Amino acid sequence: MNFTVALGAARAKSRPGAGPGLLSRLVSKLGASGWRPWLAPLAALLVWEIGAHLPGVDARFLPSLEAVAVRGWRGFVHDDLFHHVLASLGRDLAGFVLGACAGVSAGLVLGFSPLAQRALGPTLMTYRQISLFAWIPLVSMWFGGNEAGKIAFIAMAAFQPTLVNSWRGVAEVPKSYRELSNVLLFGRLGFVWLIALPCALPQIFTGLHSALICAWAGTVGAELLFNIAPGIGGQMNEGQQLFQMDRLLLCILLLGGVGLLFNLLARAAERRLLRWRTL
Amino acid sequence: MSLGRTLALPARPGIGMSMSDRLRRFGAFAAKFAAKALAGLAVPVGLAAAWFFCARWNWIPEQILPSPDAVWQTLRETTADGSLQSATLVSLQRVLSGFAVGIVAGVGVGGALGASATLRGYIEPFFLAFNQIPHIAWMPVLMLLFGIGETLKIVLIAWAAFLPATLCTLQGVRDVPAGYRELGRVLMFDRRATFSTIILPCALPSIFTGLREGLANAWHALVAVELLASFEGLGYMMAYGRQLFQLELVMAAMAVIALIGLIFHTLLRWVELRLSRWHLEGAA
Repeated sequence: MNFTVALGAARAKSRPGAGPGLLSRLVSKLGASGWRPWLAPLAALLVWEIGAHLPGVDARFLPSLEAVAVRGWRGFVHDDLFHHVLASLGRDLAGFVLGACAGVSAGLVLGFSPLAQRALGPTLMTYRQISLFAWIPLVSMWFGGNEAGKIAFIAMAAFQPTLVNSWRGVAEVPKSYRELSNVLLFGRLGFVWLIALPCALPQIFTGLHSALICAWAGTVGAELLFNIAPGIGGQMNEGQQLFQMDRLLLCILLLGGVGLLFNLLARAAERRLLRWRTL
Repeated sequence: MSLGRTLALPARPGIGMSMSDRLRRFGAFAAKFAAKALAGLAVPVGLAAAWFFCARWNWIPEQILPSPDAVWQTLRETTADGSLQSATLVSLQRVLSGFAVGIVAGVGVGGALGASATLRGYIEPFFLAFNQIPHIAWMPVLMLLFGIGETLKIVLIAWAAFLPATLCTLQGVRDVPAGYRELGRVLMFDRRATFSTIILPCALPSIFTGLREGLANAWHALVAVELLASFEGLGYMMAYGRQLFQLELVMAAMAVIALIGLIFHTLLRWVELRLSRWHLEGAA
């Protein structure tokens, strides 16, 4: 009886976020450093707001916070800003999926086959040296300046990080693992499936994560530099031509928000899918 | 004499070999090298051949894929009249000045943030928030603020190089193992000695990652900004070629961009290897 009570108490204690410790822990956390990360952004916003209201500051160059907020409210409620965000996201995801699939498969082939590595490696290394945006004129000529060209460009943006990371992930499988696979009499398929792929998985995820970010940057670049179409970049082009700084800043905020969302999602997926990792 | 023989050094490979052995060895080495080079060259040569034949027999229209001769001709013409050199110089100047500003600021700020946990607590989230925004997205904003002059280019390139330099330096300095710092305290190093013998060497690989990433970003930004808002430089040359449907001009500019990227990459790699030789020796 006594024992079970003790066990229950221990269990309750060991569960995070339960019991009376929670509130005090929260308070102490907030007191110690919880407010710190918010200080600099809040100060920056304050400076921005005060600066915008100073006499002599042109509102066209530095719109106030409420102007941006009003622009956002009007855009989402009365206009079809939401539609533009969705258009950008759809383009981004299409390009990302294409580029990441190509990149991961090419990286795996290069990592597993020394012949492919010798044959394709130098070419791909040279290709990587060409700055991504330098492809825009060619891509727009080959695929057109509309949807196909944009998606092809975004796929190229997503291709590089996935290629490099999955290649390296497979190439850096420790030699002892290969020996282990030989000892266990795994065939080639067994080695690939049971040892090399799980070993390379974290690196492949790193590649996918950074490809997600690169593809988002590529989306913005494509929307700014290809033909104007619905999307956040198109909105920015319009805002620039009409000299609407509030609209531009709103778009920047949206871009940052989506980027943050991507980062959080990728990290959560990584953590979930790599749960088995004990090292 | 017998003593001399027993004490003689074990024969080094290659010393006691007969000429034919040596030849055979050299032959095997050469064959291996040739095989490697051949394998590496096979794909580029194949692609070039495909390109050549496509152009030769007009499988693909000239407006979509210009012939290699045309690209070569363009490269020679633009070099002869000096326009390629001046465009390259303008672009290099822009990228180098922006990159220099960006990395000096980035390494400084990143080092300060990495060294002080308090400062990091205040400002790091701010940087992470900015890092979420693609640097290209600032281009329209900066165009409104600075017009399309030289300031716009330098600021955008500097910003593109600044963020990775800051974040990587921050990581490198922050992640110096506590044991190393402790060792410095035990040895009673002063601030300067701690910095130059412990923190800097330890953070160097990470800083160089930041520099490489910053350079790549700077190139991206340069090409993008020159495509959109410029009247000289390699990017402008490409935009011009695109408008006139002269893809050979575009490809000539791309070749120069690839070459410069390759040279920069190799240079940074070389400097990094030289500066962190101890690292390799320690690992080996």
